[in-house]
Amino acid sequence: MGSRMRISALAAGLLVLLPGPLAAQTLQGDTERGEALFSQCKGCHQVGPEAESRIGPHLNGIFGRQAGAISEFRYSKSMQRAGADGLTWDHDTLGAYLANPRSLVSGTRMSFRGLKDPQDLADVMAFLRSYSDNPRDIPESAPTLRADDPDLTPEVLAMQGDAEFGEYLSAECTTCHQADGSAEGIPSITNWPSEDFVMAMHAYKQSLRPHPVMQMIAGRLSDEEIAALAAYFEDLAP
Amino acid sequence: MTLNRRSFIGATAAGTLALTAPAVIGQARPKVVVIGGGAGGATAARYIAKDSEGAIYVTLIEPTRSYYTCFFSNLYIGGFRELSSIAHSYGTLASAYGINVIHDLATGVDRDARTVSLGHGGTVAYDRLVVSPGVDFVDGSVPGWDASVQHLMPHAYKAGSQSELLKAQIEAMPEGGTFIMVAPPNPYRCPPGPYERVSMVAHKLKAENPTAKILIVDPKEKFSKQALFEEGWQAHYSGMIDRIGPDFGADNVEVRADTMEVVIDGEVEKADACNVIPAMRAGHIAQVAGLTNEAGWAPVVPATMQSQMDENVHVLGDASQQGDMPKSGFAANSQAKVCAMAVRGALTDSRVFPARFSNTCWSLIETDDGVKVGATYEATEEKIAKVDGFISQTGEDAALRRQTYEESVGWYAGITADMFG
Ligand SMILES: Cc1cc2nc3c(=O)[nH]c(=O)nc-3n(C[C@H](O)[C@H](O)[C@H](O)COP(=O)(O)OP(=O)(O)OC[C@H]3O[C@@H](n4cnc5c(N)ncnc54)[C@H](O)[C@@H]3O)c2cc1C
Ligand code: HEC
Ligand code: HEC
Repeated sequence: MGSRMRISALAAGLLVLLPGPLAAQTLQGDTERGEALFSQCKGCHQVGPEAESRIGPHLNGIFGRQAGAISEFRYSKSMQRAGADGLTWDHDTLGAYLANPRSLVSGTRMSFRGLKDPQDLADVMAFLRSYSDNPRDIPESAPTLRADDPDLTPEVLAMQGDAEFGEYLSAECTTCHQADGSAEGIPSITNWPSEDFVMAMHAYKQSLRPHPVMQMIAGRLSDEEIAALAAYFEDLAP
Repeated sequence: MTLNRRSFIGATAAGTLALTAPAVIGQARPKVVVIGGGAGGATAARYIAKDSEGAIYVTLIEPTRSYYTCFFSNLYIGGFRELSSIAHSYGTLASAYGINVIHDLATGVDRDARTVSLGHGGTVAYDRLVVSPGVDFVDGSVPGWDASVQHLMPHAYKAGSQSELLKAQIEAMPEGGTFIMVAPPNPYRCPPGPYERVSMVAHKLKAENPTAKILIVDPKEKFSKQALFEEGWQAHYSGMIDRIGPDFGADNVEVRADTMEVVIDGEVEKADACNVIPAMRAGHIAQVAGLTNEAGWAPVVPATMQSQMDENVHVLGDASQQGDMPKSGFAANSQAKVCAMAVRGALTDSRVFPARFSNTCWSLIETDDGVKVGATYEATEEKIAKVDGFISQTGEDAALRRQTYEESVGWYAGITADMFG
């Protein structure tokens, strides 16, 4: 089943911080279990006929909805930017966001550490999908997760970057991202924990994050190069 | 890294010190001379000085004390920027990076002796020379136009007083008057530049002189981001802008500056303000130094930006003929970093990594309506070749267009910091 395969590919791709192997197991989403797990979200979100936006936006019709689209809700700048860039919630993007919110939207205001268990993730998504108008069963058409991309394994994430190489590579970035960390129209990328940095770059590389410039730039960086950049920017003191 | 940031500051202090005692330290250090302090030259000078941590003595030769970026000069014409906001000085390059900035014109290059001669006399010796003089105009490419009439029909394709003049002439147009742009043939600096300019002129006229007309006389069949511009012009400036292409004789144009006339294939059009952007070639000094080919550009080795005529010379930016990259500030800045690495690798024992290039060009069509086009490139044997690219789409929503514009403002801050420190 296309959609479930996708979730597992994603889990393998972005849930890399998890201990233990997450290798390609096919995950069946269980709506009832998802409803129970939604209690973790309930403090902030509502879903269903009477749902309103509270601490977080309501989640009716979330599948196919553009990120940051509920007009009366005040989203973070990062979420607004992602929405304007064209981030739309589908299986892959929602999975990535719920697994690790900051890997997809760095400055998100959702303080939730993420659904680390792939089964929990599949279940919550199955539950949310029952409140979406067009719950397409198999959103295979989403142009995400290039099949030829190597999976992001824990080794890739733990890779020790060559900061000197990173310094050279960073010259491509500082045409837009200021080395002193000031952010004006383009976000700051200095002093990030390297794991967050690596995640964000891979999310562009895998087209989970929508921005065309960054997809192009990340698209041609190898795992070593991303690690090198992360190592360099992590220690770049303003 | 053997030196961290803090020790680098120390190294810079030593570099600055060396300026006062060149006989003692300067002799031992390899010398790089950079001609032209624009997008290519300033970036190259800064990166070579910064990354060599004082091991290379860098001299930058640039006649002007204030560099006005061409990028965003159209936004100045449209009223989105002050002229002072696009002016940059060389103070930080000298004080923080120990670069020897000489405000003079390079008038000659003796490639055998490896010296550059200066307008005010004297010569400067180099081990490696970096040439980034931008463009000059091809005489006679628009009959009737030469530099002696640029006060009547400004090009405004080098920013500063020319931009001011053009803006003033647009402001002085009579009600319902006509602005004519004679657009350049390929290849030229900043492919979307003329059309961003038309957008900015239209923005200004719409507010100040709404019955005025704009006529583009264009020798090219197609132009950069054409669908995006045409869509935007239709949406924001409907009925104001006309473009005549080569199919209607726009490749046969003559101007008469004293009577403010443009003759298109024999037909006389009267202009109230006229912007002539002639054909271009590499900045004159590249030719004087014997670095250019028949087409007027300086061919380079893609992986290092070395001149094909002389391995001790690198040519950057608009003046170079490198392959697929457009002549843009972003591209010149990108090439300068590759060049800086190659120069350091050759003169010191620093590591050399594979060359990589990229470019993105933003254009503003109307308030909060920005578009962009970009690509990444790699060095192949024969040219810098495009790998991958993207372009804004027609019909994008207003939020995305506003964000694109905001990004361009961020980019401007980023690239100018990257050039001037
Ligand atoms: C209207 C307009 C809009 C533009 N918009 C953009 C944009 O949005 N994005 C973008 O990326 N690019 C843009 N560009 C293009 C960009 O300005 C150029 O591509 C870029 O400046 C090229 O850099 P360069 O180093 O080759 O030349 P320049 O930046 O022109 O620098 C050349 C320098 O060399 C100096 N010089 C020349 N001859 C000598 C000599 N003999 N001795 C010493 N010094 C000398 C000059 O004084 C000058 O300072 C625009 C250009 C124009 C005209
Ligand atoms: C502590 C409060 C909190 C918790 C817990 C929380 N969220 Fe959120 N959520 C938010 C906030 C706040 C936002 C808006 C984020 C922003 O603007 O960056 C948000 C945004 C979202 C969005 C994007 C909505 C949109 O309109 O773009 C989704 C989807 C989402 N949350 C799902 C969940 C799910 C599912 C859970 C439980 C597994 C959960 N959230 C847990 C606060 C929370
Ligand atoms: C042409 C300009 C440009 C260049 C060059 C560029 N970026 Fe970006 N970058 C952007 C923009 C614009 C964004 C915001 C994208 C978005 O909305 O998702 C961004 C976002 C990012 C983010 C996510 C920031 C966040 O807060 O979510 C990271 C990380 C990043 N870039 C890293 C890099 C690295 C590393 C390089 C160099 C290899 C680089 N960028 C080169 C323009 C650029």
